[in-house]
Amino acid sequence: MSNTLISLKDIVKTYQVGSVEVHALGGVNLQIHTNEYVSIMGPSGSGKSTLMNIIGCLDTPTSGVYELDQMPVHEMDDDQLAEIRNRKIGFVFQTFNLLPRANALHNVELPLIYSGVSAAKRKIMAEEALEKVGLSDRKHHRPNELSGGQRQRVAIARALVNNPSLILADEPTGNLDTKTGEEIMKILDNLHQMGNSIILVTHEKEVAEHANRIVHIRDGNIANDEVLRNN
Amino acid sequence: MISFFIGFWENVKIAVRALIQNKMRAVLTTLGIIIGVLTVVSVASIIEGLNKGFAKQIASLGSNTLYVQKFPWVSGDEWFKYRNRPNIEMKDAEYIHKHLKSAEAVAPSAGSRQNLKYAANSLLEVRTTGVTMESEKIEEYNIADGRYFNSIEIEKEKNNAVIGWEIMDKLFEGQNPIGKRMKVGDVSYTIIGVVEKRGSIMGESQDSFVYVPIGSLLKNFGVHRSIQILVKVRDAAQVESVKDDIRFLMRTSRGLKPHQEDDFSINQQEAIMEMYNKLTSGLYTAAIGIGALSLLVGGIGIMNIMLVSVAERKNEIGIRMALGAKRKVITVQFIIESVIICTIGGVIAILLSYVVSRVIAKVTPFPSAVPLWSVFMGLGFSTFIGLFFGIYPARKASKLDPIECLRYE
Repeated sequence: MSNTLISLKDIVKTYQVGSVEVHALGGVNLQIHTNEYVSIMGPSGSGKSTLMNIIGCLDTPTSGVYELDQMPVHEMDDDQLAEIRNRKIGFVFQTFNLLPRANALHNVELPLIYSGVSAAKRKIMAEEALEKVGLSDRKHHRPNELSGGQRQRVAIARALVNNPSLILADEPTGNLDTKTGEEIMKILDNLHQMGNSIILVTHEKEVAEHANRIVHIRDGNIANDEVLRNN
Repeated sequence: MISFFIGFWENVKIAVRALIQNKMRAVLTTLGIIIGVLTVVSVASIIEGLNKGFAKQIASLGSNTLYVQKFPWVSGDEWFKYRNRPNIEMKDAEYIHKHLKSAEAVAPSAGSRQNLKYAANSLLEVRTTGVTMESEKIEEYNIADGRYFNSIEIEKEKNNAVIGWEIMDKLFEGQNPIGKRMKVGDVSYTIIGVVEKRGSIMGESQDSFVYVPIGSLLKNFGVHRSIQILVKVRDAAQVESVKDDIRFLMRTSRGLKPHQEDDFSINQQEAIMEMYNKLTSGLYTAAIGIGALSLLVGGIGIMNIMLVSVAERKNEIGIRMALGAKRKVITVQFIIESVIICTIGGVIAILLSYVVSRVIAKVTPFPSAVPLWSVFMGLGFSTFIGLFFGIYPARKASKLDPIECLRYE
């Protein structure tokens, strides 16, 4: 039996655009357990990105209850959110979002800097994470000296390095060709096999189907929640 | 707390890395700071140099010596008023010498510039001073060779001379001048002594002079010249009372009625010191004004560049925030960056000011030295500017929305 990792109750997100209120999310309820592998799918403008930002603790809901690892994220201030992101969440972005002027090793070390890990320990942990994604021989290269797939692998190593509760991948294959994208998905599949919880945000069906469960978002609500296979 | 310091050190490393990537921009940014700090430190070093030279020269006047003269040393206006005063004459000096009991020494002296000639050599416009026996008590001549005048030579107004080191060097080309005769103006004088080498103060040689008995000077080179009377006081506490005595005696000697103003001045080193201090404090004020202005301009430059830097590095800021950097960590990162830029500017300025100081010492007669306090002040100011003008851009960076920043490419 697995524990509840994410619990969303009646999550509403409203933006004020000029004098118009835009309802991005209209009361989302969602439970995700530890070690689940879930895809969130939906067309652009569906509220998928808003949902991802809230789950990733980059944004807070207008109303509703969000608990991550039993912690009330919806009540947290900026500093607490930063700490949660640092310790609980590993981000993988479509555009990689690596520091362009830092080498792979330093990029992977970044989350550890903000959790106050000593320099020596950081280096060891970052090297381990790079090894997991098969990039040990590229650790002193800068992002512009790496291929797209390699960059995304650095990003995955960075997401792993703090042993987060959740890996949140936002269109991880969006900027990659099909073959490289499949390699990246293989790494994510592997990470799931090793016990990591993964949420995948995508609009590509083939990518989404790597997960065991697909949550479809439409017009700010969950339209469909299908389980493809059991964990 | 520990994590704060780790974060601080990491921030320093991050800042240094960012600066290395933008060396040119960092240097240009610090230009205002460099100019500001350089101005203040250079002026401080010039004044420091002036202090050394000038204070030495003033000190050579002797703090316990009063100068009774026709003109005051420090006067605001009305030069013509002083010009119309009657000359100070030997009879005044003799009167004071006779009646002033409170002083250690009273010595009239008179100055003139004369051309010197010996064999084929000549020197133009050499300071020629008329002295008495007591002059030696006031100025302390250290005779290197020969001797000083005796009282008979002074009384008989003998055409004998005591010369400075440089005269011996140039006019006699180093040979022993004692007993030799040289022409002072058109009059022949016998050299009886040479004064020890004194060196130069602010580029002016202290060794180019001729001393002759005052009577001889007045007789040969102008009876109508106003003389000065030097009075040496035993100790500083007596200066004021001796001044009063002199004033009384001078007024009596010159037959002034009670309602008449003094027609002489009693000068003293302090008056020059005061004027000098006024002048240098004016210079300081100007330098600090210019320095402050360029620091302000430099600070605004820093703020500008930091704002550009924040805008350029939105993506980086977003990444750092997403990975767990708290807002205050971002603030500190950018403040440290701006402090480092400014401090580097300050250091460059101080190094340059050492160069400037060297150049000044080389091309001008003034000695020049960079005072330590100005180094610390320069560094302190530039650091403060970095801190102060870094706050706004840094806070702006920390308030950015991470979601928006992550989208920014």
